Amino acid sequence: MQPIVIENVHKRFGDVKALHDISFSVEQGELFGLIGPDGAGKSTLFRILATLLLADQGSAFVNGLHVVKDYKAIRRQVGYMPGRFSLYQDLTIEENLNFFATIFKTSVEENYDLIKDIYEQIAPFKGRPAGKLSGGMKQKLALCCALVHKPAVLFLDEPTTGVDPVSRKEFWEMLQRLRQKGIPILVSTPYMDEAMLCDRVALIQKGEIMQINTPGNIVKSYGKKIWAMRADNMFRLIRDLRAFEGTDSCFAFGEYLHVTLHVPVEKVQAYLTPLQHGNLVIKPAQPGIEDAFMQLMQEQNETV
Amino acid sequence: MREFLVFVRKECYHIFRDRRTLLILFGMPVVLIVLFGFAITNEVRNVKIAVLDQAKDTYSRQLTDRITASGYFTVDRYLASEKDIEPVFREGEVKVVVVLPPNFGHEFYHGRKAPLQLLTDASDPNTGTTLVNYANAIILQYQQEMTGKVTLPLTIQTASRMIYNPSLKSVFLFVPGVMTLILMLVSAMMTSITITREKELGTMEILLVSPLKPLTIIAGKVIPYIALSFIIALTILAMGFWIFGMPVKGSLLLLLLECLLFCLAALSLGILISSLTNSQQTAMMISMMGLLLPTILLSGFVFPLESMPKPLQVFANIVPAKWFIIILKDIMLKGAGLRQVWQPTLILGGMTLFFLVLSVRKFKTRLS
Repeated sequence: MQPIVIENVHKRFGDVKALHDISFSVEQGELFGLIGPDGAGKSTLFRILATLLLADQGSAFVNGLHVVKDYKAIRRQVGYMPGRFSLYQDLTIEENLNFFATIFKTSVEENYDLIKDIYEQIAPFKGRPAGKLSGGMKQKLALCCALVHKPAVLFLDEPTTGVDPVSRKEFWEMLQRLRQKGIPILVSTPYMDEAMLCDRVALIQKGEIMQINTPGNIVKSYGKKIWAMRADNMFRLIRDLRAFEGTDSCFAFGEYLHVTLHVPVEKVQAYLTPLQHGNLVIKPAQPGIEDAFMQLMQEQNETV
Repeated sequence: MREFLVFVRKECYHIFRDRRTLLILFGMPVVLIVLFGFAITNEVRNVKIAVLDQAKDTYSRQLTDRITASGYFTVDRYLASEKDIEPVFREGEVKVVVVLPPNFGHEFYHGRKAPLQLLTDASDPNTGTTLVNYANAIILQYQQEMTGKVTLPLTIQTASRMIYNPSLKSVFLFVPGVMTLILMLVSAMMTSITITREKELGTMEILLVSPLKPLTIIAGKVIPYIALSFIIALTILAMGFWIFGMPVKGSLLLLLLECLLFCLAALSLGILISSLTNSQQTAMMISMMGLLLPTILLSGFVFPLESMPKPLQVFANIVPAKWFIIILKDIMLKGAGLRQVWQPTLILGGMTLFFLVLSVRKFKTRLS
């Protein structure tokens, strides 16, 4: 049985189309990523799955249970970590954890092995009110609270937003360990680098899924050759490249520009040389998932 | 059951860790009772008057003494001429000017009719009327004493007695009023705020996803506030009793039970408000406008209902505070038992049940 199944889900808020014909399923023990920019509809989908919102059309199943008809049963089985920090700020780490353990009819001791790795990292601060924790510690605590009742499915809505890079890395290591324990995880993130850590990802934008695949395949299916370019005056380089008619796309990627072309690279060189860019570097580059996402995004924008 | 207890404990943490709110909750009743009991009163006491005594004879002097001897008035100054009257009123200190014409005593005995003028500052009409009435009564009494026992052929003799509050202490009116106000405030406003706070912080999202039943969530939120309201009610009663000598003539147990009933009514209103809105700010505004104002204005606490226009009187019937104040006054002042107050109790109980069922049904198990 697939732990999460979503079939043709639609959701509108007034005139805003939040979700449009979403269908996918998550396999047993899979770490599934929902990748998309802010406002893509990720949180809405999470709330539908967590039985907090009703879909306008379509149906969804969590562990074979229907999200509308069997919502009470689902609520006992899932661990849900909302996008916003949603713990009691005036309660300490320990009190928060004990509270959530009890309302899920269990105790911290009972499932301690599940949260042990995470809890040990925040345990030195267990007497501190949750409101006074750093961003990363807050998210670790929230994950503990979502895990404490040993959920059959885990929903994590943007767990690493607003968290420093080191904590983000630690957080994803924890998710990998949880996956090894066989818990299927649906996680959303706006960060492309995190997409590579998922088993499969769905790229989502404006309420529509653009592609579902393994991160590796998404990168592989990216057919075009990418050129990394840089020069002393990057801003002028972007402007010149975007003005060049042989350019397909041109995005800034760290210290380089990632450029795709539909003409041979020599033409660009010929075009750029008279423009006298200092220290111009042009070299082939490996496409990443971000390139794939950018291209898909552009394609979708052009069709709309 | 364990979940419920843990929930209540969590709610107590919220209450006790928010020192400022706690201070307001317990400070407010004390301050209000003291204010209403000592400072804000509509009793007449030591009102400053000025006397323009143009007669300066024995009788005018006696009359002035009688007026001041009552304790209601004190003579602030004596005026020399009519020109001084206007400036004195303008200063604002003096509320009444007594004008005694020349030959006051002479006219009294020989002309059989002595004129006397009372000028009153009626910028506050209620106080103005009250002052004139008090002064008239004193003057009339003086007249009777002077003329001695005149046996008229036919007389109606009025013997009046103020029952339930013989000394006309206004604190007897304010203690029930303040109690109603505070219980409404604590119960309705605090519950609506605490529930909307969970919505605002997003914790409600997790509570909803948990296996907790909506009823458990509501009850867990409400129980600590019932206890809090009850303690506050006891504080107010104790202050009324020991500081102001406000009696509880009826059964104390009945009184406390009625308090509990009213708290429940206010709490269910608070839950209802919280299910209508998602922000603490709006919840507070609705509680203020929708609950506090009617409680102050339309409950008979400050303004007598009987003198209001008919539509407002009818509207006042749906204000729970009106019935609670009736019950409180009956029990505390008249020593009424359940047999006398069953009607308002029943109405209050019905309202409570209605609001409670409505608010529990309105409580959303989802976000929208």
